[in-house]
Amino acid sequence: MTDPVLSIRNLTVEIPTRHGVFKPVEHVTYDLHPGEIRGVVGESGAGKSMTGNAVIGLLDPPAHVSEGEVWLNSRRIDALDAEDKRRIRGKEIGMIFQDPLTSLNPLFTVGEQLVETIQLHLGLSASEAKKRAIALLDRVSIPDPAERFNQYPHQFSGGMRQRVVIALALCTEPSVLIADEPTTALDVSVQAQVLDLIKELAKERQVGVILVTHDMGVIADTTDTVTVMYSGHVVESGTTDQILGAPTHDYTKSLIAAVPRPHTKVERFPMVSYGDRVSTFKIDDLAAHWTKTDLSKSGKLVEVENITKTFLQKGAILPSHRQYFTAVDQVSFDIRDGEVFGLVGESGSGKSTVARMIGTLYPVDGGRVIFDGEDVTAMGADALQGYRRQIQMIFQDPFSSLNPRMKVGDLVAEPIHHHKILPKADIGPRVRELLDWVGLAKDAWRKYPHEFSGGQRQRICIARALATQPRFLICDEPTSALDVSIQAQILNILKDLQDHLGLTMLFISHDLPVVRQMCDRVGVMRQGKLVEVQETDKLFNAPQHPYTQELLDLMPRLKQLA
Amino acid sequence: MLSYIVRRIAQSALVLFVVGLVAFSMFRFVGDPIDNMLGQERTMEDVERLRAQLGLDQPFPVQYVKFLQEAVQGNFGVSFRQGRPVAEILAERAPATLELALVSAIFAVVLGIALGVFTAIKRDGFAANFIMSASLIGVSLPTFLIGILLIYVFSVELGWLPSFGRGEVVDLGWWNTGLLTASGLKALILPAITLGLYQMTLIMRLVRSEMLEVLRQDYVRFARARGLSDRTINFRHALKNTMVPVITIIGLQLGAIIAFAIITETVFQWPGLGLLFINAIQFVDIPVMAAYLMMISVIFVTINLAVDILYAFIDPRLRVSA
Repeated sequence: MTDPVLSIRNLTVEIPTRHGVFKPVEHVTYDLHPGEIRGVVGESGAGKSMTGNAVIGLLDPPAHVSEGEVWLNSRRIDALDAEDKRRIRGKEIGMIFQDPLTSLNPLFTVGEQLVETIQLHLGLSASEAKKRAIALLDRVSIPDPAERFNQYPHQFSGGMRQRVVIALALCTEPSVLIADEPTTALDVSVQAQVLDLIKELAKERQVGVILVTHDMGVIADTTDTVTVMYSGHVVESGTTDQILGAPTHDYTKSLIAAVPRPHTKVERFPMVSYGDRVSTFKIDDLAAHWTKTDLSKSGKLVEVENITKTFLQKGAILPSHRQYFTAVDQVSFDIRDGEVFGLVGESGSGKSTVARMIGTLYPVDGGRVIFDGEDVTAMGADALQGYRRQIQMIFQDPFSSLNPRMKVGDLVAEPIHHHKILPKADIGPRVRELLDWVGLAKDAWRKYPHEFSGGQRQRICIARALATQPRFLICDEPTSALDVSIQAQILNILKDLQDHLGLTMLFISHDLPVVRQMCDRVGVMRQGKLVEVQETDKLFNAPQHPYTQELLDLMPRLKQLA
Repeated sequence: MLSYIVRRIAQSALVLFVVGLVAFSMFRFVGDPIDNMLGQERTMEDVERLRAQLGLDQPFPVQYVKFLQEAVQGNFGVSFRQGRPVAEILAERAPATLELALVSAIFAVVLGIALGVFTAIKRDGFAANFIMSASLIGVSLPTFLIGILLIYVFSVELGWLPSFGRGEVVDLGWWNTGLLTASGLKALILPAITLGLYQMTLIMRLVRSEMLEVLRQDYVRFARARGLSDRTINFRHALKNTMVPVITIIGLQLGAIIAFAIITETVFQWPGLGLLFINAIQFVDIPVMAAYLMMISVIFVTINLAVDILYAFIDPRLRVSA
């Protein structure tokens, strides 16, 4: 084998805090060879990104490398001074960040940002740099590169911007590329394209790539080797086939077991049992206190008839010059009692808009929503209040869906107050019971949301949604922002709710394996239209619509997994 | 973009109309100009006649509409006190105020942005902390007190700079300027600092907090990962993004500088519009007050309109979508 381009030896990062020295990265060792794509996986907080930042000299003070060595092309770089490290950044090590929407400066054209970097590192003239920049844009498959050169980042779509970011990272022919969750913010189809591009470029230019991700599908499809990290340590390294097919370490085993499988349906998700952080969800206690409502008369709890939503896209003084965008176009489906109905599709396909119209967050522009035989769109204020009590929503981002200035107890109590469900004196005990049932500690009600991890926050959101004893739960990408291990816990909770309380759910996700595990029936949306509705198993085994087939083809295969 | 500008101009006209209406309705409470204009030896007939002659016997909406009709044609009436056309008096006084406002605005903007950037980059340095603490004085002391302090130190104790007036003025025919003589420039320093100090500290603090916010953004991290130097990142990438919100405030503050010149002009006996306005209030010189207030609101509205249009030049996102 050739010599490694990058070699990390025994790297330790320290952050001094008031409670002593915290080591987010401890004794990490791995090599990277030319043309190799090394996946680094682990939960958030495992030190994956921190390792990358340490290599490139981008640690935010007071974090610093306290031990270990980093060798780049047989030259030791961890001990260089700040100015020399800066010269390496962008020239010998390129970097790609997670969110392409925020990695580019909005006030400069794409061309200006490329030329700036090329001129800085390669010292070319302005016209040569421009020629090179256009060639690069062409290489990352941006159509009309000469014209696009003069455009601003907001004129590019998310996937296009990530291509520009890749062009920026590669514009000086680096030998190492660090890609930190490069496709997490992108749709499945765009993700596949961007990953293919990274694969091609790695082989073509013999660039060593470190691909930091928490998505096992990405690992399986893209990487040659994998390093698994857990709380700052490397627990296991090996080839992708070995790690996915025959993991040796307990953490890796349970992590891989927790990955939702696209092909076989399981009763409950296996939990990541490594460590001692799994808190129990007390479904029996909850069920004992649950007042069940009668089933709906027709067997259909929610019926959606031809709902349509248009948004104003371009304002003008004359109504005839205004441009509208149809986000949801004549969508009809119904959700049966006690069923989990899935909605899948790319971002912008109108999934969330449908959910918001059912949840009365957006007014319906056309069509009707019928809940238990009653037309929601025709309801008066009082009836709507009663309807809203029976439906609750759980959103994607547990960080922004909890008011940071309210205590957790107050957050969960709010819906009870609002709908006047309990007398004042009983609210406090009920809130504490709810938090206990979803598996949070006894004193959780006294704390603020920032004191909790992402998974715990999503539990708080669930407790809040259950506070009004709803009949219908709308889950809009409830686990997309969470790690695999946390995702398994939250999905199991949702399954318990369905089984024991008979809750009906609308489950929105772009993650097809998760949808397969969670849903009884699935609707596929594309550009505001519902193209196919089918029983989950039928949809996955024999998709009818060409678009559904296309989506399923893009799904990471995870062929190494049993 | 065109419809946006048209809409903004229509809004501006509405604002001007309402401001004028409010100002006019308040004139009735300032006092009766007739008292000052006629001496002790007056008869009821004299009072009635003068009142009718000046149009003061009519209800104020009628007066306002008449005033607007005339004002649109550039006729602001005749000053009750000086007996000269108001437009002429304003034109005579305007250069003093505009020069003072211009110099203090440059002082506030240039120094405010420079210090703001400095304190943001050297966030934890001693100098930055010192400047931040000292700036609290600029924000918390009232303008007239700063003026009096400066006069005490530089005029009374040190005797370096004059304490009042404009110094020697050169008449260019359509404009009289104090910028061409040494005594004119010397006379400008203290009032300009007094007037601009509050705006300077405000801009500095705003630039600092915006800049700190921008430096936390992903594209700054990405720029760092591309190996750009700190200088390029701070002054090219971060500063331009910092300026987008700052420009709004600067626009508002420029208007305020002209409006608040009243206090500074009184302290330094600066022969500008502010001093004219104070004298007009004492004499209940309604035509002068009305013209002055309309002029100030026109300036405010114009600056804000200019700022809104300027946005589009700085931020490409507004250019395309608007």
